[in-house]
Amino acid sequence: MLETFLFFVFAVLSVVGALGMLISRSPVAAALWMVQVMLAIACLYLTLNAAFIGVVQVLVYAGAIMVLFLFVIMLLNLEDMPSVGGIDWRKVVAGVLGVAVLAQLLALVVVRFGAIPDAPSAEEAVAATDVPYLGVALLTEHAFTLQIVGVLLLAATIGAVVLAKKRFV
Amino acid sequence: MDLTWYLALSAVLFSIGVLGVLLRRNAIIVFLSIELMLNAVNLSLVGFSQGFGDVHGQILVFFVMSVAAAEAAVGLAIVIAMFRNTLTLNIDEINLFRG
Amino acid sequence: MYDFLLADTARVLPILVVAAVGIAVILLDAFRNDSPSIPWLAGAGLVAAFVLEGFKLYDPQVAFFGQVYSGGAAAFANMVVLLGALGSVVLSVPYLKRIGHNYGEVHALILFATVGMMTLASAGSLITLFVGLETMSVCLYVLTGLVREEKGANESALKYFLLGAFSTGFFLYGIALLYGATGTMLFSEMVEGLAVTERTGIFVGGVALLLIGFLFKVSAVPFHMWTPDVYQGAPTTLTGFMSTASKAAAFAALVVVLARALPVDLVAGEVQITLSVVAAVTMVVGNVIALAQTNVKRMLAYSSIAHAGYILAGLAAGTGEGYGGALFYLLAYTVMNVGAFGVLAALEWDKEQGAIQDIESLAGSGYRQPILGVTMGVFLFALTGFPPLAGFIGKYLVFAAAVDAGLTWLAVVGVLASVVSAYYYLRILVVMWMKPETDAPEAARQPFALATSTTVVLSLCALLLLILGVMPGGVIEAAQSYFDAGAIVAGR
Repeated sequence: MLETFLFFVFAVLSVVGALGMLISRSPVAAALWMVQVMLAIACLYLTLNAAFIGVVQVLVYAGAIMVLFLFVIMLLNLEDMPSVGGIDWRKVVAGVLGVAVLAQLLALVVVRFGAIPDAPSAEEAVAATDVPYLGVALLTEHAFTLQIVGVLLLAATIGAVVLAKKRFV
Repeated sequence: MDLTWYLALSAVLFSIGVLGVLLRRNAIIVFLSIELMLNAVNLSLVGFSQGFGDVHGQILVFFVMSVAAAEAAVGLAIVIAMFRNTLTLNIDEINLFRG
Repeated sequence: MYDFLLADTARVLPILVVAAVGIAVILLDAFRNDSPSIPWLAGAGLVAAFVLEGFKLYDPQVAFFGQVYSGGAAAFANMVVLLGALGSVVLSVPYLKRIGHNYGEVHALILFATVGMMTLASAGSLITLFVGLETMSVCLYVLTGLVREEKGANESALKYFLLGAFSTGFFLYGIALLYGATGTMLFSEMVEGLAVTERTGIFVGGVALLLIGFLFKVSAVPFHMWTPDVYQGAPTTLTGFMSTASKAAAFAALVVVLARALPVDLVAGEVQITLSVVAAVTMVVGNVIALAQTNVKRMLAYSSIAHAGYILAGLAAGTGEGYGGALFYLLAYTVMNVGAFGVLAALEWDKEQGAIQDIESLAGSGYRQPILGVTMGVFLFALTGFPPLAGFIGKYLVFAAAVDAGLTWLAVVGVLASVVSAYYYLRILVVMWMKPETDAPEAARQPFALATSTTVVLSLCALLLLILGVMPGGVIEAAQSYFDAGAIVAGR
């Protein structure tokens, strides 16, 4: 019961945050709405018993990535967007497209989602995806992929310097 | 709690992200919307992972977060380079090439 | 428990060699900024990886519990990627010097992008696939925006980045749905997993979203909008790199997904219909719009869209011959397109990466620089698909596979599209050899010395096209052996 209650609380918080980002005129406000979405999703991970991912979500997304966004927005000193006037047909088309995507995905996921045979119980699932198992999988099966992610992060650091350092030589 | 609810929420958030990319003209907000799409997918992945009792979904979420961090660094660097030259981030105003 | 690590590391050694050399390049650059030995180091690393992959060409294996394929088709695709990277590194040095951006970091980023491409082409699971794709893309975003003082380069990079990240969202949702439908990330276990859960609806949805992501990366119509703008604004030799190596890697990964992860009836059914329609539209749209272009770089961008269509025709066939033909085509296409962009880079005189140069500025350049004129002739004839060059063999293989699979109409569309393409390819040659030099603007007629390295690479590319065209036998056999029915059943 509590689980259901918490799910709906955080689901509403995340959707409100996403809509807030969608309609806010100031980039700073949009970024702050996004922080709310990230935190709500982190709590949803906790209701799914995925504690590790929940913590990493707060640290990486809410903590690092969104701060980077806010930092850049402040650095560039962006002013608010002009207010929207009149009907923009492109927006109407975009809205129809977006609703179509939503309808498709909902239909796919909700209507055609049958239960799997001999699915693990919640307790079994939590035990099987506990942090030690994550760690072992990360360092055995995914050891190579982990190296490649390291290369990716190094390349991104170098790339950011190449593109944004003031006087690059 | 039924997994379907998590997947439906994920679909809703993903669609809001798609709408944001299609509707907003500010490059940074478009990028924020893309981050929202990735977050929505992560929610699905964790949901499926718990449903199957299988760690690999969560491993992918972990990698997606690393990739999002790398993309944020490079993307915002591109935005800064752009802003230095043109003083705008409106993606309607940046159209040098035609044809 | 960790005994497997050593053996599996040896199997992915070429990828790790490229990564290690990339890090070495960064370290060398830190101590001796933009040292002239950096390209040599990068090139040596690529050659070493190429040789290592060569040993594994007939030795397919899996590593890391199936997360990575090593050898066999993965080795073939990786060798194509390494070839493209090697050509681009060598051609880039004189070009980047001329535009004043010969940074050591560029070579490191090319190497890291190569690491991503090789990972993508070797992927054995959705996780490796995603990480490889993103490593490649992030490096290419940076390389596109390299000339950051130029508005054109900024715009290209921003467009590429936003659209690329947007498509990544769909790609990732596709991965999530496939995972939800099968309960596994491994390609080799997907069909079994689907049989257990019977979530066919979600599976098909996941395949559709995954295909959108792939079609975006290989710039197939209708996901091609970004290609001309990005190619036009990026540094020319690096355009050659991203139009060839990244496509080769993405196509190789798509082939692996089609051949190993999807149920046979789906590949022969809905997927075949989708791919053949996309291939036909891509060939027609790419070639027809290319006719109207006056900027050569933009023309080659549309031409690369059209070539993605030809390769998709081989994939639509869905047979071992089709997949092998596509792999051969990727090899030929990589060699000829790296060469063509290399010639354009050498003939570039505006300070905007060729964005404002129209085709007339090439007038008479064949006589001023006979090496460029002759090699460009070879590349353009190969792109058109004239025998006896490798481009002809490639086209023959993919269209023959399409006909064998009952897609005769697709082959007919492809051949007609190739005929149309002859017009704009040969127009470049006509301008280079038959127009008087005085048609070109003053700035384009400044004499310049061709770098020795450029001459060598372009000649080797042309020679390779000729050899592959005259004696393709062994290469075709190798390429087509990877995905015939027996090889796939064995799980390799």
